[in-house]
Amino acid sequence: MSATILVFAEQRDGKFKKPAFEAVKAARAIADQIGAQVVAVVIGDAVSDIAPSLGGYGANKVLIAEKPALGKYSTTAFAKTIAEAAKSISASVVFIPATAMGKDVAPRVAVKLDAGLAGDCTLLKVNDGEIVATRPVYAGKAFTDVKVISTNKVFTLRPNVFSAGTSSGTSAPTESLSVDLSDADFSSVVTAMTQSSGKVDVAEADIIVSGGRGLKGPEHFNLIEELAAELGAAVGASRAVVDAGWRPHNEQVGQTGKTVAPSLYVAVGVSGAIQHLAGMSSSKYIVAINKDKDAPIFQVADYGIVGDAFEILPALTNEIKKLHGK
Amino acid sequence: MKLIVCINHVPDTTTKINIAADGLSIEKTGVTFIINPYDEIAVEECLRWKEKHGGEVIALTLGGDVHKETLRKALAMGVDKAVLLKDDSKRDTFSVARALADYIKEQAPDAVFFGKQSIDSDEAAVGQMVAEMLGLPSVSVAVKIEVAEGTATVQREVEGGHETVRAKLPCVFTAQKGLNEPRYPSLKGIMGAKSKPIEERIPAPPTNKSEMLTIYKPAPKAAGRIVGTDASAVPELVRLLHEEAKVV
Repeated sequence: MSATILVFAEQRDGKFKKPAFEAVKAARAIADQIGAQVVAVVIGDAVSDIAPSLGGYGANKVLIAEKPALGKYSTTAFAKTIAEAAKSISASVVFIPATAMGKDVAPRVAVKLDAGLAGDCTLLKVNDGEIVATRPVYAGKAFTDVKVISTNKVFTLRPNVFSAGTSSGTSAPTESLSVDLSDADFSSVVTAMTQSSGKVDVAEADIIVSGGRGLKGPEHFNLIEELAAELGAAVGASRAVVDAGWRPHNEQVGQTGKTVAPSLYVAVGVSGAIQHLAGMSSSKYIVAINKDKDAPIFQVADYGIVGDAFEILPALTNEIKKLHGK
Repeated sequence: MKLIVCINHVPDTTTKINIAADGLSIEKTGVTFIINPYDEIAVEECLRWKEKHGGEVIALTLGGDVHKETLRKALAMGVDKAVLLKDDSKRDTFSVARALADYIKEQAPDAVFFGKQSIDSDEAAVGQMVAEMLGLPSVSVAVKIEVAEGTATVQREVEGGHETVRAKLPCVFTAQKGLNEPRYPSLKGIMGAKSKPIEERIPAPPTNKSEMLTIYKPAPKAAGRIVGTDASAVPELVRLLHEEAKVV
């Protein structure tokens, strides 16, 4: 069993993504059970300042790969850097958050390390000194328990499932990681990034308010948007309303949309087809508002109101406003 | 242009999953199998590239004889050639990638396409692994790809927006919904596909690096609470969310 777990701590624009903290914390929990160290690696062009903060989530040390060329994401350059980091500290276990970047780079890291990969894990346990990963399959209709049997092992962790908790405030010592990177290592480069909108992205939100066909038309989504604004939530959508052109594809939650795991998912006028549930059943709490008492969504909801969304949404927005002292 | 598109044969999205008696696989009786929806988008992209740039599209799959059904769908859509790496053994993602990479290497294509993930294993990894094994660049979750003079400019989906990525061909792409709308095969295409040859090759045996211990269905959720039937239930709902669930 490895004496060191390496964690790739994703940052964008000089700030760690929350899944980076979650991955470090999860690594700490496993490391404590197998008697290992946790070393994080941070990659970018100006990341020395933020690196020590990973100590607060359980990192014993942080490796810093800092170069102007690494300021923008490059699949192959980042894969090489993470693999070199693992080799430099003889880490045979690597944790990577299953974000867009993580899911992109992890398979290449796995091949570089000749490692088996367990992706999008929702639970990690230690059985007889071995890590056993649980991961969803068939869009979450089933789960598998998986063991990586190669010496080196790569795991990606689904965001918002492992709790980051709060930082203990400890600062981790840092060390510079020098990786030999030539132009050939940057065989793909990000040249630009466009934001879809200023609002919270559904894949990163802690609260989501989703609308479905029960809203009857795109013009009624303002009720969803108002509730979302009051809750600081992202707006989500069912496939039906995206296919109908009422909402953009980047809001779609479900098997062919995004998989989300917020603390609270409010489904309004969403019937709860299997493919939609596939995208949100990991939510910690689910509220359903639907006129149809037999809608399948009520089978997964923790709380529900069987009633008219047009009446309930404004009332809910007002009640939340009252709660916020407005 | 020589294009290879890797496709998979998967249960359709409405399938109710039941675990087989051995606890290591799903019950296949009564299940309708389809071409992985993301792979269908990948096939379509290849056909469009061929229409624009000329060349050949090869559909490649790994599996048993039943995978031929899925290859025929790709042939019906218009791919030129179909290849089955015939092997029924249990393979993990790494072993699947290795078998595909071994075949693709000898073909030396200009681009290789995958769907972003297979809706059975949901690993979203094979495309990138194959790229690494072949020493090629890869761009995953692509929603738009433009090619000019051997360079691809790709929009890929990330949290909060899109990244523009530039990579030189040969390159591996994994397709996301929105990249295109796959065509329906014409009747002529479907009839023609029945008699098109499917090349069979035997891949090297797998060396798996991970092992599935068991597959199971999630525990049924405890029944939720219907708080009411109109707006008068809202204060109680908010109270429960605030005091009990503690999420607002």
